[in-house]
Amino acid sequence: MSTAPRPLTRAARRAARLEATAERLDRLALPQSAGWLGRAREAAIERLRGIGLPERRDEYWRFTDPAKLIAEEAAPAEVFRITDEAIVFSDIDRLKIVFVDGVFDPDASDDLSAEGLEIARLSEAGATDIHWAQEIYGALEARGQAPVPRPLAALNSAMADDGVLIRATGKVARPVSLIYRRRGEQAEVMLHHVIRVEPGAEMTLLENGPVAARYSITAEACIAEGGMLHHVRAQGRDHQRSGITHFFARLDKGAGLKSFTLSANGRVLRNEAVVWLDGEGGSAHVAGAAMGAGDFHHDDTVFVTHAAPGCESRQVFKKVLRDGAVGVFQGKILVERAAQLTDGYQISQSLLMDENSQFLAKPELEIYADDVKCSHGSTSGEIDPDQLFYLRSRGLPEKEATNLLVLAFMAQALDEIAREDLAEDIRARLEGWLARHRG
Amino acid sequence: MLEITNLHVKLEEEDKAILKGLDLHVEPGTVHAIMGPNGSGKSTLAYVLAGREGYTVTEGSARLEGAELLEMEPEERAAAGLFLAFQYPVEIPGVGNMTFLRTAVNAQRKARGEPEMSSGEFLKAVREKARELKIDAEMLKRPVNVGFSGGEKKRNEILQMAMLEPRMCILDETDSGLDVDAMKLVAQGVNALRDAGRAFLVITHYQRLLDHIHPDVVHIMADGRMVKSGGPELALEVEKNGYADIVGEVQA
Repeated sequence: MSTAPRPLTRAARRAARLEATAERLDRLALPQSAGWLGRAREAAIERLRGIGLPERRDEYWRFTDPAKLIAEEAAPAEVFRITDEAIVFSDIDRLKIVFVDGVFDPDASDDLSAEGLEIARLSEAGATDIHWAQEIYGALEARGQAPVPRPLAALNSAMADDGVLIRATGKVARPVSLIYRRRGEQAEVMLHHVIRVEPGAEMTLLENGPVAARYSITAEACIAEGGMLHHVRAQGRDHQRSGITHFFARLDKGAGLKSFTLSANGRVLRNEAVVWLDGEGGSAHVAGAAMGAGDFHHDDTVFVTHAAPGCESRQVFKKVLRDGAVGVFQGKILVERAAQLTDGYQISQSLLMDENSQFLAKPELEIYADDVKCSHGSTSGEIDPDQLFYLRSRGLPEKEATNLLVLAFMAQALDEIAREDLAEDIRARLEGWLARHRG
Repeated sequence: MLEITNLHVKLEEEDKAILKGLDLHVEPGTVHAIMGPNGSGKSTLAYVLAGREGYTVTEGSARLEGAELLEMEPEERAAAGLFLAFQYPVEIPGVGNMTFLRTAVNAQRKARGEPEMSSGEFLKAVREKARELKIDAEMLKRPVNVGFSGGEKKRNEILQMAMLEPRMCILDETDSGLDVDAMKLVAQGVNALRDAGRAFLVITHYQRLLDHIHPDVVHIMADGRMVKSGGPELALEVEKNGYADIVGEVQA
């Protein structure tokens, strides 16, 4: 526990936190932005001054120490060279948008004009007087500061160097693929994306790549009536990186979201997803599969708010942990008074491959409507010895049998990927990771 | 084929002896039945031969075609030609039955240094064998044993046996929980596999399965060892008089 000689009062602690935050922010220079973006950055920095940076003693950070994420200097991380396999999504026909060390690379990227899509760079569009994204940029993040503050998201709104603004106006089959390459020159990268899916439109957003030694990526997505956003993300395999992501999504009537994240390795990685079902009949699925060994700390923090009646939500999170790895899940379903006939589901499970690894879970339901169907479950277990023996008795070597059971354990999360080609690609990454680790 | 000599086994956790000097000799091409009252050690014998954890062999040996089974990993025993049809087949959510079957067939082939089966060959073989056992395509697609009825699970065991083509097949109470029609199907599946190079060890409580799978030799097992062996008529005797007479007669 704390070594402070005298416990501080709550008010004194808050004052100390805000003062420390202010000192820290005074040393930062906001990126130059002339137009609406400049105003959004100013507003975000003010929000952050009122919230303060996170501390380990915060309930919301109980399981994940924010120290590495907020240290003034990002710790360097070796660039992880992938030589043993193809990069994820490389066989998928997609519109590529490439960032190298956090900077948009027009030469490596495809032509950004595509039917049914409007795509712009944040740093360019942000300098204009008016842009559709200005209603969203920082707005969802600001809404997401209650009931739990997310200071690192506010910091991202203020400081993000670049990002993309994507508007889908029709049903677009070809995914938009954000690729974060890393050359290692820059230790820290902050990106901020805005997505708007217009009524009845549909698009798929892919993200992959190592990004940087330390990174913060925020996405804010508005999905209008009857719109659909698919989101599939594979976070790079760098062992030493640390990162935080925030994915904010607001769904109108009958809108749909399916978001899936695959995470492997990494020292500290926290993925926050914040979803509001604002219109009747919306459907939001957020899923993740994480696997780590040794010096690995992976945190999924999810907050789904049912604000309208007749919506459905699912949270499906699976983690495979070995050699002392730590997995965290904090997930909440909040059902507001108006949200009758809500169908909410949440499951978080870990497979512990040895006694040194641990899974910390905090599943929560908060329900104010009286006619709802909500369930949640969280389990932590090991490979079932009866299943393992059954497979081995049929001739599968122990490692192969174990890997098959690990894949089976992950299957429920992968089922949340609608497109079979993407699911197959993610499955192949998982198999590759398993093949490289002992059974 | 299978040569078990003076096998002593105890439960690892409880230090309790289950098998107490069991001998058994099974020739190729024969069907041996093991009958016996509850707690006589029949299922333990099946599990120990297949290599399940939780048992300690304190004495004796079990050889399959001359090779010591008790020193092998479960998968090595399978590759050597041993197959156990489980009394309680295990459900494995998330693993498709077809994927499982193909992985198993090819893992064994690989272990034996044989070429893997192509997907075309495999599909053809599995469809044909599934049809004989009245296993429909839907069941093949489902996760292993998940949501299967008792009869479906047992038929699925026989399908695996048919695909893996083992030399020594052990059936652990394969008739338990089956109605007459399902039992006939299972027996047909087993009989179709009978040939000169393959042997069967059929563990059962009741004589009725042996009406359909005709044994060459019947053993009565009690308190961890074989107490009496004979021809098929021994099973009929048990059916008529129960175990008490035979077991009592031997122990007296």
